[in-house]
Amino acid sequence: MPSIDETLGQYSELFILLAAMAYTVAFIAFCWDLATSSKTIRSVESRLAREQSEQKVLAGAGAGASATGSAGKAGAGASVETADEAMVYTKERRVAARIGVAITIVAALVHTAGVISRAIAAHRVPWGNMYEFCTTGGLVVAVVFLLVLTRKDVRFLGSFVIGLVVIMLCAAAIGFPTPVAHLVPALQSYWLIIHVSIAVIASALFTLTFAMSVLQLLQANREARARAGQPERMGFLRLVPSALSLENFAYRVNAIAFVLWTFTLMAGAIWAEKAWGRYWGWDTKEVWTFVIWVVYAGYLHARATRGWTGTRAAWLSIVGYLCVVFNFTIVNVFFSGLHSYSGIQ
Amino acid sequence: MSETPKTPETPASDAPPTPGREQAGPAGKADAARGWGPAKKDKMPSAKNDVALPALGFVGTLRWIWTQLTSMRTALFLLLLLAVAAVPGSLFPQRPANPAVVTQYLTDNPETGPWLDRFQLFDVYSSVWFSAIYLLLFISLIGCVVPRAVQHWKAMRSQPPRTPRRLSRLPEYGSMALPSNLEVTRESAVDDAARLLKRRGYRVEVRGKDGAMPSVGAERGFLKEIGNLVFHVSLIGVLVSVAVGGLFGYRGQKIIVEGESFVNTLVGYDNFSPGSNFHEDQLEPYSMQLDSFDVVFDRESDTHYGQPLDFTAVLTTKESPEAEPEQQTLKVNEPLSIGGTSVYLVGNGYAPVVTIRDGDGNIALQGPVVSVPNDGAYTSTMVVKVPDAQPEQLGFVGFFLPTAVEGSDGVAVGSDPDPFNPRLYLNGYYGDLGLDEGDPKNVYVLDTSTLTSMSDGEDEAGEFSLGAYESYELPNGLGSVTFDGLKRYVALDIDHDPGQAGALVFSTLAIIGLSASLFIGRRRVWVRAGTHEDGRTMVEWGLLARGEDPRLEGESAALRKLFEKEWLANQDQQADNNKSAVGVKNS
Repeated sequence: MPSIDETLGQYSELFILLAAMAYTVAFIAFCWDLATSSKTIRSVESRLAREQSEQKVLAGAGAGASATGSAGKAGAGASVETADEAMVYTKERRVAARIGVAITIVAALVHTAGVISRAIAAHRVPWGNMYEFCTTGGLVVAVVFLLVLTRKDVRFLGSFVIGLVVIMLCAAAIGFPTPVAHLVPALQSYWLIIHVSIAVIASALFTLTFAMSVLQLLQANREARARAGQPERMGFLRLVPSALSLENFAYRVNAIAFVLWTFTLMAGAIWAEKAWGRYWGWDTKEVWTFVIWVVYAGYLHARATRGWTGTRAAWLSIVGYLCVVFNFTIVNVFFSGLHSYSGIQ
Repeated sequence: MSETPKTPETPASDAPPTPGREQAGPAGKADAARGWGPAKKDKMPSAKNDVALPALGFVGTLRWIWTQLTSMRTALFLLLLLAVAAVPGSLFPQRPANPAVVTQYLTDNPETGPWLDRFQLFDVYSSVWFSAIYLLLFISLIGCVVPRAVQHWKAMRSQPPRTPRRLSRLPEYGSMALPSNLEVTRESAVDDAARLLKRRGYRVEVRGKDGAMPSVGAERGFLKEIGNLVFHVSLIGVLVSVAVGGLFGYRGQKIIVEGESFVNTLVGYDNFSPGSNFHEDQLEPYSMQLDSFDVVFDRESDTHYGQPLDFTAVLTTKESPEAEPEQQTLKVNEPLSIGGTSVYLVGNGYAPVVTIRDGDGNIALQGPVVSVPNDGAYTSTMVVKVPDAQPEQLGFVGFFLPTAVEGSDGVAVGSDPDPFNPRLYLNGYYGDLGLDEGDPKNVYVLDTSTLTSMSDGEDEAGEFSLGAYESYELPNGLGSVTFDGLKRYVALDIDHDPGQAGALVFSTLAIIGLSASLFIGRRRVWVRAGTHEDGRTMVEWGLLARGEDPRLEGESAALRKLFEKEWLANQDQQADNNKSAVGVKNS
């Protein structure tokens, strides 16, 4: 077994700290974008007003499209302004958001260096304990966010997603610090690469949909207030698409994440059979993985059940994510079980 | 924007019956597309409430219960209930995994423990209530999958539904006008469209070719529903496989000390849990002997010094008493297959070799005694029972440290997992070990209720520690203890699960079916052609998704591109002229 490169391991930890700091700056930039871009909001509003008048003309031409139809298309009623539903980039200059994205790219590069140097230092995949799972998971969240940004304007998610990445890196550095080391025999298996990498990606996707579901609830609340003629709160939500399009986007991502989670569960079962002699034994970690699977299965079914779409489905998505967080933190640290590889002494 | 059940695509009054029903409203569309039950069931809650129970009669009531059970709402409720019901199993110790911890919990909580036990909270996953939830869920699933499979079978054998009168009402709509000089007639246009759609994987039907408005009906994505059905049926398959494993499998534990061996017979096991239909003759009489067990600890790292890096057991195995012996290695994550079972390395530890002489001077016990490690430094608890000692039976309880370091307070702690300074720390007892009644006793627990401590008040002669090869004379002529040597042992799980292959096959099928049902788009396309008064051929098309399909818009754009390539590509100049004529895409 080749020796651990401890110097490189220390550099890795430094990279992670630097990345966390850069993410913090990006987070502040994204918050600044949401909080102070009244100019952006005004220009979005004028554009929406223009589009809505155009749409009314079209609707008139379309020989009486039903009232519900036009309401849905125009973002749940003419009285609530929201960002473009297709989440495509528009011409508005959002300086703060641009700064946020630029810094996020730099942070992600430093973060990547941190994760890769950890892998080189340890001569193995960098997800053998909670510190490594958090840092690698945070990187996947940031990279997926940046990848989505190339196709869709989801900068409104920036403060939430990058905020969660900052929390993940701080949790790793403060909560679960673990110097680089070899793996214990129980983890020395190629299933570690398969099982945990898919789990990291699924968790990262659940993180993104969690952010979207929270925004969906806020937006739905705002839309309801606007319909009831109450004064508007949380003006930054004007930069956010309508609750309905958030729900649809979250659903698409959750569907992918659910398949990956199913695979995580299966690969975990196969590995459990190899390592412990049974593919399913209701170990605490297995219980919670199963609970998460069932909750998200419920979410997928809820989307097809009358009275359960929209807000209730969003709550299920949020509950599912809370279970993911619970499974990762509380179960790993406080529950005894076969998955006790947190690295925490 | 047709990907959601909420899409407010209200049916036009003149819409054709079949697609119209699917679009009948949020619930209708959703249930038809993704729901378990036939669409009607969830759609008419008011009708259900209006029916007075007495009018239903016995059969009617059963039917009503069945309808309720197989409704999507109930399935969703049962799913969420299942998630909640699984949680207590992670909060309370479970008998199948940790029987000893449950016993300890009951001892520690004499008030609440029995109540928790009454509600089966220590056997959650075999409890009446947990089983009830998942069995109801699976009945609900079957009650939904069967009618849906029948429905889908019919749908797959039928032609695409009638072309709606107003294609512009569909979620996606496009149209184009072909100048008369292109010589594309309405008949050839629908034929071309049918050919193109067929090449794209659609099932097509050309209708009304003799009329003024010929059209093509096309449908694709039948695999979506097949995937959905395969997924749900596979879940039943997984459940059945688990049941088969529970009925016909068996599982046992065995500790083997270096140099000792094991034969696969019932008496050979330390612990054995047979399935309900297990027969003793299922056991193949193979044998294995532990030749050596090698452990590698991390000696380089500052932060993880002493962490285990490798466990390797070398075993000599014989498939049957007559077979040739064979040497094999067993590691964590690398189980051994032998005689229809899989052998797993699940634990290891030290077995100090002791010699105990009784009060009469005879050797009452000689050999390795298994100690149970409690931490990374292999600080191990140890119990020695000497039933053969005369005149008094002897018992010892204490611990073993592979590398003992005495602190300034005189308390010894283990500092390393390798045996650099092995020491035994024991407390001696004498009297009746309670083994003669024949009740099964835990070999790792010494019941001191019928024993007398060798230490008495001020006198601590019963507490002693032994280094390697040291001896200790017990007080009052009770005998002596010698620490002769040290061996390692391995803890093995031996397992036979005939349901395992089935579970793997069905869960693989499940994930394939799940992906198909979530990522394949089931779509219908209608293309209609007509001739304008000025001689141009007008083509229009509409698309409709069944279920979630975020790519419907892209499909419409792709069709437009295909049609343009087919009819307009050769006519660059014409195409330029016609760009303006190409219909504005309806919002």
